Amino acid sequence: MASSTTHDHAQPSPAAPESGESRRDFLLYATSAVGAAGTVLALWPFVHSMNPAADTLALSSTEVDLGPIAEGQSITVTWRGKPVFVRHRTADEIKAAQGVDVKALREPQADKDRVKKPEWLIMVGVCTHLGCIPLGQKPAEPKGEFGGWFCPCHGSHYDTSGRIRKGPAPANLPVPEYTFLSDTLVRIG
Amino acid sequence: MSSAPAPVWNNKLIKWVDDRLPIFTLMHGSAVAYPTPKNLNYWWNFGSLALFVLVVMLMTGIFLAMSYTPHVDHAFNSVERIMRDVNYGWLLRYLHMNGGSMFFIVVYIHLFRNLYYGSYKAPREILWWIGVIILLAMMATAFMGYVLPWGQMSFWGATVITNLFSAVPVVGDYIVSWLWGGFSIDNPTLNRFFSLHYLLPFVIFGLAVVHLWALHTSKSNNPLGVEIKTPADSIPFHPYYTIKDFYGVGVFLIFYMFFVFYAPNFFGEPDNYIPANPLVTPPHIVPEWYFLPFYAILRAIPDKLGGVVAMFGAIIVLFFLPWLDTSKVRSAKFRPIYKQFFWIFLIDCIVLGWVGANPPEGHFVLIGQISTAYYFFHFLILMPVLGFLEPTRPVPASISQPVLKEKA
Repeated sequence: MASSTTHDHAQPSPAAPESGESRRDFLLYATSAVGAAGTVLALWPFVHSMNPAADTLALSSTEVDLGPIAEGQSITVTWRGKPVFVRHRTADEIKAAQGVDVKALREPQADKDRVKKPEWLIMVGVCTHLGCIPLGQKPAEPKGEFGGWFCPCHGSHYDTSGRIRKGPAPANLPVPEYTFLSDTLVRIG
Repeated sequence: MSSAPAPVWNNKLIKWVDDRLPIFTLMHGSAVAYPTPKNLNYWWNFGSLALFVLVVMLMTGIFLAMSYTPHVDHAFNSVERIMRDVNYGWLLRYLHMNGGSMFFIVVYIHLFRNLYYGSYKAPREILWWIGVIILLAMMATAFMGYVLPWGQMSFWGATVITNLFSAVPVVGDYIVSWLWGGFSIDNPTLNRFFSLHYLLPFVIFGLAVVHLWALHTSKSNNPLGVEIKTPADSIPFHPYYTIKDFYGVGVFLIFYMFFVFYAPNFFGEPDNYIPANPLVTPPHIVPEWYFLPFYAILRAIPDKLGGVVAMFGAIIVLFFLPWLDTSKVRSAKFRPIYKQFFWIFLIDCIVLGWVGANPPEGHFVLIGQISTAYYFFHFLILMPVLGFLEPTRPVPASISQPVLKEKA
């Protein structure tokens, strides 16, 4: 089709009849439209083949046993190849998280909207700035100015609810879909 | 390239680019204004069809490679994963698998059209050579691609074909070991075949560009075999042949997609759905259909080296065809005797294919030997002699002349 355009530029076609669009023009446009639509449809399988395959999707949920995690402890599990932070929060941490003025936050979100049970905070441990893993899971690691997590790459501070409080990250640590299968068993994804 | 005057570009951006890189002028000269004989029949569609299949093979191949693992422990399963788990993986693989067969169907028809209309003759010898080199590159690519799924036929086909090189005197065994990267077909072989299978299609693409360059220098042959003499003998490529080529692609797609959607394993061997086992040879090893005539030639000679030489010779002889054919007349249309031998030769090639598909026992041995002998007789004796002896029919003075005569 590109060639027909260049052709028009090269040799101005003989003056079109005054009546405007001819039957031949209509056929050309109709054929080009069908051809373009067909090409797009044919390309879709190629594009879609790069999306996660069925076996990849089948591995997209992870079950976590909460039993061994004592209050104040955190564990990191892998879900879809990414770290998920599971924290058994202390009463102080819950209180601090709930006491924040939601309207003052960069991404306003109440703590109750980020947890299903207040003592269990489950979220994807990937900094929303550029994808590093924030520190704060282990007792010895820096937890940032708000007692939650601190990203060492560019200095983002997250609070005890995993919300962004200071630094370049634009959003809170995302909460994945999860369900409590029992009091001590959670399925993520 | 074209004799038409360079176009004048009115669009400022196009002109700006074209003054620095004359890509629009090149496109215009080779795909729009390019003077094409006005009497081409549908046998001239197969060149553009071959390019179309090449693009489909490159596209599907690149996307398949994203999900394929070239390792003896994972190759077979990664192909099965493509078939079952990867989105549209079955479609990409069946397009690629059948595309291989389609490529050879299209190219063989293209080649036989050359033989019928004498397109290989002066001044198109180099155009023809590049075509034969493309055929060789296609064969190497197809052979290595067939090894990648790592089924039983992949493994044993690769074993048999690579062992052909052991027929080379003195250094044969070293060559085979070098090809394998070990002492049998194994992981190093699979890795290098994957690498080369990915590389060669781009080489073929480059060769196709050179093929087109040579074509656009000497211009297309035509059913009459008479050169373009006046502008009245030719029409611009666009829109006349762009639309005809698109139409050809449409008809071809019906044929191609019939196999992809309704008979995807028609050209394949069931044994290749059994994972490769280096300890068990399938009872009957056959190459893919497009290699069968050459396989028959290989087996026709009761000598290891002789068979290999004959098989490669069957292709090498094509390089000399422009000089083996001594006739002054190009098109079989005006060569009443050659025309008949052309069809006999085509039947001979089909017979060779049929022999190649059957076990080398009983009467197949004799039929294979006779048809192999005839294959070489056709090129080495018949073509040179016929050129001198054959009474040809009068060739028209120009492409336009026969048409104008009918009108008058």
